[in-house]
Amino acid sequence: MVPLTHYLLLSAILFSLGVAGVLLRRNVIMIFMSIELMLNSVNLTFIAFSKFLNNLDGHIFTFMVMTVAAAEAAVGLAIVIAIFRNKPTANVDEINLMKL
Amino acid sequence: MFYIFGGVAVLAAFLMIISWNPVAAVLNMILVMFCLAGLFVLLNAHFIAAIQILVYAGAIMVLFMFIIMLLNLRGNEPIWKSRDRNIVLSFIGFLLAVGAFCKLSGTLKASGLNKTMQVGEGFGTTALVGKILFTDYLLPFEVASILLLVAIVGAVMLAKSKID
Repeated sequence: MVPLTHYLLLSAILFSLGVAGVLLRRNVIMIFMSIELMLNSVNLTFIAFSKFLNNLDGHIFTFMVMTVAAAEAAVGLAIVIAIFRNKPTANVDEINLMKL
Repeated sequence: MFYIFGGVAVLAAFLMIISWNPVAAVLNMILVMFCLAGLFVLLNAHFIAAIQILVYAGAIMVLFMFIIMLLNLRGNEPIWKSRDRNIVLSFIGFLLAVGAFCKLSGTLKASGLNKTMQVGEGFGTTALVGKILFTDYLLPFEVASILLLVAIVGAVMLAKSKID
């Protein structure tokens, strides 16, 4: 039987990889996918604690996180298309239209 | 089983971060999703595991793949954009990250969270999750449906070619 701490450590590693992806990559699609990775690692923590505490509330929270992630991905990718129409690049360093 | 799924998930996530081609990154991300679904099954969360594969691996990642194909993104940009680096600050940041990780793992070992987990029969099945979802959490469920409606309308409006 795997203890809870191993699940928490795995979740922390996945979250750190997601943070590294957001900070290091310049491609907007890659940044979105790293955010999804971070949300997934948080889901793993919710589910692990849900089993540890013998309480189903964590499953509901994970369900809500997935709903918000789906909405965020749809709207975010629509924004990417709208930006791409004005300026055909996926590099976030070149998207600086709002800079003074 | 936990170590297989966890190791593959970490490896695939790392490959996703460093991959040169966006399509390869999406495929690695789908592998991460499947490994996490396996971990959810190990944690008695069968409904969440099914939703994970359907929504994340099935819908969101296909959406990403679709956008990559639509925008015709090529992997011809440099992976790490070279910028002004500060060696001292990088070193201090690395030390801080390692120290935080060691402290965190020490705290976890010292805490009482190391016990094995025991749950009752039928924990995490669709029947029980659905029962809670439609009784105690009915209002958040309805609010989530409104959120999805707003997201649909917003995505269509944003992706329209001309906004009148």
